[in-house]
Amino acid sequence: MAKETKTLNLNFGPQHPAAHGVLRLILQLDGEIVEKADPHIGLLHRGTEKLIENKTYTQAVPYFDRLDYVAPMNQEHAFALAIEKILKIEVPIRAQYIRVMFCEIGRILSHILNVTTQAMDVGALTPTLWGFEEREILMGFYEKVSGSRLHANYFRAGGVHQDLPKGLDKEIGKFCERFPKIINDLELLLTDNRIFKQRNVDIGVVSKQDALDYSFSGVMLRGSGVPWDLRKSQPYDCYEQFEFKIPIGKNGDCYDRYLCRIEEMKESVNIINQCLANLPVGPIKTDDGKISPPPKKEIKQSMEALIHHFKLYTEGYRVDKDEIYTAVEAPKGEFGVYLISDGSSKPYKCKIRAPGFSHLQAMDYLIKGHMLADVPAVLGSMDIVFGEVDR
Amino acid sequence: MQNIQDLEKILNSELNTKIKSSLIKHNQIYLKIDEADLTEVILFLKTNSKTKFRQLIDITAVDFPENEIRFKLVYLLLSHEFNQRIIIEMDVKEKEIVDSITSIFPAANWMEREVFDMYGIDFKDHPDLRRILTDYGFEGHPLRKDFPLTGHNEVRYSHETKKVIYEPVKLEQNYRNFDYESPWEGTKYIKEQTKE
Repeated sequence: MAKETKTLNLNFGPQHPAAHGVLRLILQLDGEIVEKADPHIGLLHRGTEKLIENKTYTQAVPYFDRLDYVAPMNQEHAFALAIEKILKIEVPIRAQYIRVMFCEIGRILSHILNVTTQAMDVGALTPTLWGFEEREILMGFYEKVSGSRLHANYFRAGGVHQDLPKGLDKEIGKFCERFPKIINDLELLLTDNRIFKQRNVDIGVVSKQDALDYSFSGVMLRGSGVPWDLRKSQPYDCYEQFEFKIPIGKNGDCYDRYLCRIEEMKESVNIINQCLANLPVGPIKTDDGKISPPPKKEIKQSMEALIHHFKLYTEGYRVDKDEIYTAVEAPKGEFGVYLISDGSSKPYKCKIRAPGFSHLQAMDYLIKGHMLADVPAVLGSMDIVFGEVDR
Repeated sequence: MQNIQDLEKILNSELNTKIKSSLIKHNQIYLKIDEADLTEVILFLKTNSKTKFRQLIDITAVDFPENEIRFKLVYLLLSHEFNQRIIIEMDVKEKEIVDSITSIFPAANWMEREVFDMYGIDFKDHPDLRRILTDYGFEGHPLRKDFPLTGHNEVRYSHETKKVIYEPVKLEQNYRNFDYESPWEGTKYIKEQTKE
């Protein structure tokens, strides 16, 4: 007598701790083997692109913090670069250094979160507790420089909003001295851990060709052995002046991606150290009064400054008619902004290219044939944040 | 490493009739093509050994309601080998059906679904053309310029019926879109007054 088999449909999420947000994943299971995965996204869709079309360029910046809310400044960077390229603004070198430094802090923020929560998804709680202590310190730096722990709203077209407060560079320096030891501790807990390896090695393997076809970028691409990092290949701001390595994986599985992230954190510390050692003095935003607002002191004495202030905070600055795509290497991959300006003070169109969107798309391809318990491991190693996927 | 000017020349000579215009700006190539040539151009760019645009970065559309041909579809491609980016643009009429490129780039699947969801542009031979970002049962296409910023419906939990219900948007205060343009440069009402 033939045994009757039946496939089981399972709803994973939208509320599930291992879904890293609001993901509804409809899984077709044959026993414990996943036959098909259909991710339903959009539960966190806030219409960011539509809102940006209705806001001035300055007002649009905070929306970028709310995309990948784990590394907010990296997103702002892409938007600022797009406007700067259209308006052909020179960014002062000190501002470039500060921006690079905070982008790397963002990278560490994101990678700590990802590495440790991925460990939690496969059963290890300690790394999360240790890692989040460090994240708290890094967010403290965010707060000191911008006034806010998460939604920084710090980068502007032409520089940054304000200079580093006194003594912050020393604090960051101290952190960089201490942090490699923390990475080492995390590695001691995870890298050779038998359970962690059993859950991650040879899980969610991506070949080189598939990584390209599925528009993977960032660690997902490098984990499969493609040496591609926008900081090196299409350098923006002052990345050319720093020496750093790009770690590359070999097998393209979850474990290689974990190793890449750990190595990238070490490189980020290295870049921050170089920033601090050579931090130039000087202005932190462009001196073009038509784009960057005047200092408060001047407003009270200069009529011109007062007019500029008024115009910038009501109408905003205008951006010439143009169309551009700029991308930065965000912690999760290539984050791009496709901007169309029409000469007014509001963008005509602002398409946001989020790395997580393409990664999550490949969920079906990645998880087919794996066990149900591998779903959180693969999801975790893809580094999904729904703020940017749903936009 | 290939020079961007050389690459533009190669494209123009190999695809000559299919390119309406090409332009180099911001270190990127902007190509304008005809809607019917899309799959051929994309396939050429991906497979040709001189171009090798092997990664599709994004697909998006732009809405120009005042134009006769309303939409512009934009494809962004990247070549790792030559470190170049290309932006392919084509004009698409409302209700026109465009060829899907999912058979060339599997990544196009969700990107085309997003364009369909946000702009209502249909794709031919797409394996699974459903809405992606908006709610189940959503009506309209939010990124069209004639779609209101506040939307049409809002969701709330009703204590009377004990379930989540949809109702038309009620705002305590209307969304205010201030006209900040300087009157000296011609705000609408000044223009109208001076005409009379």
